[in-house]
Amino acid sequence: MEWEVVIGLEIHAQLATKSKIFSGAATAYGAEPNTQACTIDLGMPGVLPVLNREAVHMAAKLGLAIGAEVARRSVFARKNYFYPDLPKGYQISQYELPVVANGHLNIELEEGITKRIGITRAHLEEDAGKSLHEDFHGMSGIDLNRAGTPLLEIVSEPDLRSAKEAVAYMKKLHSLVRYLEICDGNMQEGSFRCDANVSVRPLGQAAFGTRAEVKNLNSFRFVEKAIEYEVTRQIALIESGGKVVQETRLYDPDKGETRSMRAKEEANDYRYFPDPDLLPLVIDDAFVAAARASLPELPDEKKQRFVADYGLSNYDAGVLTATRELGDYYEQVVKCSAVDAKLAANWVMGDLSAALNKSGKEIGESTVSAEMLGGMLKRIADDTISGKIAKEVFEAMWAGEGDADAVIEKKGLKQITDSSAIEQIIDDVIAANPDNVAAYRSGKDKLFGFFVGQVMKATGGKANPGQVNELLKQKLNG
Amino acid sequence: MHDKTIAQLAAGLAQREFSSVELTTALLARIKARDGELNAFITVTEELALAQAQAADQRIQAGSAAPLTGIPLAQKDIFCTNGVKTSCGSKMLDNFIAPYDATVVRRFNEAGAVMVGKTNMDEFAMGSSNETSFYGPVKNPWDLAAVPGGSSGGSAAAVAARLVPGATGTDTGGSIRQPAALCGITGIKPTYGRVSRWGMIAFASSLDQGGPMATTAEDCALMLEAMAGFDTRDSTSADLPVPSYQATLANDIKGLRIGLPKEYFGEGLDPAVAKVIEQAIDEYRRLGAEVVEISLPNTHLAVPTYYVVAPAECSSNLSRFDGVRYGYRCEAPKNLEDLYKRSRGEGFGPEVQRRIMIGTYALSAGYYDAYYLKAQKLRHLISDDFKRAFTQVDVIMGPTSPTVAFNIGEKTADPVTMYLSDIYTIAVNLAGVPGMSLPVGFVEGRPVGMQLIGNYFDEARLLNVAHKFQQATDWHARLPEAFKA
Repeated sequence: MEWEVVIGLEIHAQLATKSKIFSGAATAYGAEPNTQACTIDLGMPGVLPVLNREAVHMAAKLGLAIGAEVARRSVFARKNYFYPDLPKGYQISQYELPVVANGHLNIELEEGITKRIGITRAHLEEDAGKSLHEDFHGMSGIDLNRAGTPLLEIVSEPDLRSAKEAVAYMKKLHSLVRYLEICDGNMQEGSFRCDANVSVRPLGQAAFGTRAEVKNLNSFRFVEKAIEYEVTRQIALIESGGKVVQETRLYDPDKGETRSMRAKEEANDYRYFPDPDLLPLVIDDAFVAAARASLPELPDEKKQRFVADYGLSNYDAGVLTATRELGDYYEQVVKCSAVDAKLAANWVMGDLSAALNKSGKEIGESTVSAEMLGGMLKRIADDTISGKIAKEVFEAMWAGEGDADAVIEKKGLKQITDSSAIEQIIDDVIAANPDNVAAYRSGKDKLFGFFVGQVMKATGGKANPGQVNELLKQKLNG
Repeated sequence: MHDKTIAQLAAGLAQREFSSVELTTALLARIKARDGELNAFITVTEELALAQAQAADQRIQAGSAAPLTGIPLAQKDIFCTNGVKTSCGSKMLDNFIAPYDATVVRRFNEAGAVMVGKTNMDEFAMGSSNETSFYGPVKNPWDLAAVPGGSSGGSAAAVAARLVPGATGTDTGGSIRQPAALCGITGIKPTYGRVSRWGMIAFASSLDQGGPMATTAEDCALMLEAMAGFDTRDSTSADLPVPSYQATLANDIKGLRIGLPKEYFGEGLDPAVAKVIEQAIDEYRRLGAEVVEISLPNTHLAVPTYYVVAPAECSSNLSRFDGVRYGYRCEAPKNLEDLYKRSRGEGFGPEVQRRIMIGTYALSAGYYDAYYLKAQKLRHLISDDFKRAFTQVDVIMGPTSPTVAFNIGEKTADPVTMYLSDIYTIAVNLAGVPGMSLPVGFVEGRPVGMQLIGNYFDEARLLNVAHKFQQATDWHARLPEAFKA
């Protein structure tokens, strides 16, 4: 039987506010345990939440960027359950009336097809703290630094049909929240994490199969692996006469498998009800207009502009606009170099990206700035260096030896373009290799490369390749 | 000095008849001597009080005194006070030293008031007799066999016995007004949002409101002016200016339209209490007020609505008391579930547990619509009753409680009978309007309180209307025989 996979993702994006969603405590990651938790975060008796305006602004930005409705009135509710890292015994979230509803995101599939993925809702809520189970001699430690950190939970429609689509959607959303500067996207620190609802059904069947929710997915790779595992598990289960049960499963990245965490029957009754400590969140037109005015150029718009303005392929434009920083870097290179935009694209996507990958650096941390790379491309354009020498110049710049002009000067890499000097070297090469000259002249064209190599070797690669080709042809044929 | 009002004491301090240290020392001595009979205080903050009194005297000397500077007051033990035990009347918080001040406490501190201690109360403010306190029942100064009412029973008894001239209370379903009535003092529950709830340990967040308890409306006006006002830390506090309540206290009330809801004078009301209330209404007629009968047709829905809304909110509000971060933790928990179950089972008393269970049930999947959602709808109907009434009248009057103070132990066996003692006060909290109780007479030696209900944010009028009555009568000035000296 042929199976269709149905996936919906719930993505938690930690909002990049300076303070928490309902308190003034800082949100910075990595502080000593419990040093960033105030009386409100600790759930002390008598404390009250006050909503962080900036978190709402960020939610509105996302809403506008995904073409959703920003609710003029939304309601905070309490989700009640007991857990040691949940100080109040309830999480303040949004339930029936979320701040953002009915949006969508377009993803590109490998075949170049665009697919629209519905986004049911996005709601504001507070994060819980962390329970630490090691190093406490059989006890558990509680760190409440994260408690009260603002989250935007973004819930997709069950529109995704494969692990690859799920990853493409997640990447697209990851890129978007970073463009909007509402989330740092740091997945290792848990700033952007995902739960996947996965089910399978016979192809052509309208009704959904029973789903399992897979939690704890904090990398794109884990999302892909976990979904693939889950799909295989469910199909094998059904085909062997079993039934998928609705449950929450946990992904174990070490074993590459999911395992049951709790069944539906064991799930908490969260007893949601409107939080009486917070008034309904009312957003007026001016607030939405301010959010709209603060929107940057969005990834899809930027991509289309790169295709139109720089003559890039869809693929190249997509790569270069994957993050706002990369797009900005690329445009700065083009501006500084005044060269062919395609050449700039090749360098950014080629040597620069390779160097970044190798060193594990983000574009913002690149030792070669856009200005430096642009300056080097300028030297290619004005024939000061060849493309081949440029690689050497780039490596030197990456190693921190200064900008292109300084490296060229220091290493004496300036291209030889003086025809008489090149002719002299060619004459020397011809004189030193009489046998090969004879062979070439008798029809062994392939030897041309040998002569080019000899000339380049003699000049340390600095001779202008075009001139070398031209002059060599003249001399050998003449 | 103990039989003086706050206004009289403030005048004495201003005229240097006595210092705040002298006054505070005298009242601390009185508390030490007499509170053993009443059990009105959970904590007496002697050292702190004397330090505050000293600072107040300096402030008075410097000529920068505010109206309450140097006045000894008590705080209900539901208000967090920095560095001082804040128990909320519960074993759960018997070891809890609050690390911060409630806004109400901070405002009194800024006004230079002196805190002599924290008063006893029903556990987590859940009760109408002060019998649910972990610290034992409070006695009514008028008759030590009687309850003082609740939940602010300690504050009411302390003021009635003149251990302090004023104290704070909180009122979720009548917890200021009912004990004020049963102890023969004056108390006002302001409009919901008038006084900040920051640092006031929550029972039912949408109903809780702090307010003053004192012997006179004038003193309540002085205290409320210091307590009230917008607070950025409380999203539900009203961003409205606080009027000078003193400025309008003596306004003429000729032509005042008083509404008597017929539902407040029907079955269940002790005829002797009814008679005292009618005499008080006659006094208002003599003062020039017009009295008309009105109807609050949804009054009968108030108690059932309240006993869904309040427990629902309480079940969630009290979840934080889990034995993990502060408060009571059971001995040697076997695992997490055991820690929760025993800490909460041993830390909370039976009435608190009963309400947590009622509330948890009301919010449960499958029951939410039938209980919580339905109660919210009824709440609207009850609010509409008041809104309609205030298009016809300026003030609503009636009994605060259907009976005078009952005996300790008399109603503990049947929770519903106990709940019905708040039958006239609860609707006011559900609607959010302000309500007040003032002493208007006695039945068999036990005080009778009359309730005044006002329109939203019309506290100034309530205080004015109560003050005029107190100018013409002396019920508020009576002291229990045993506490005269």
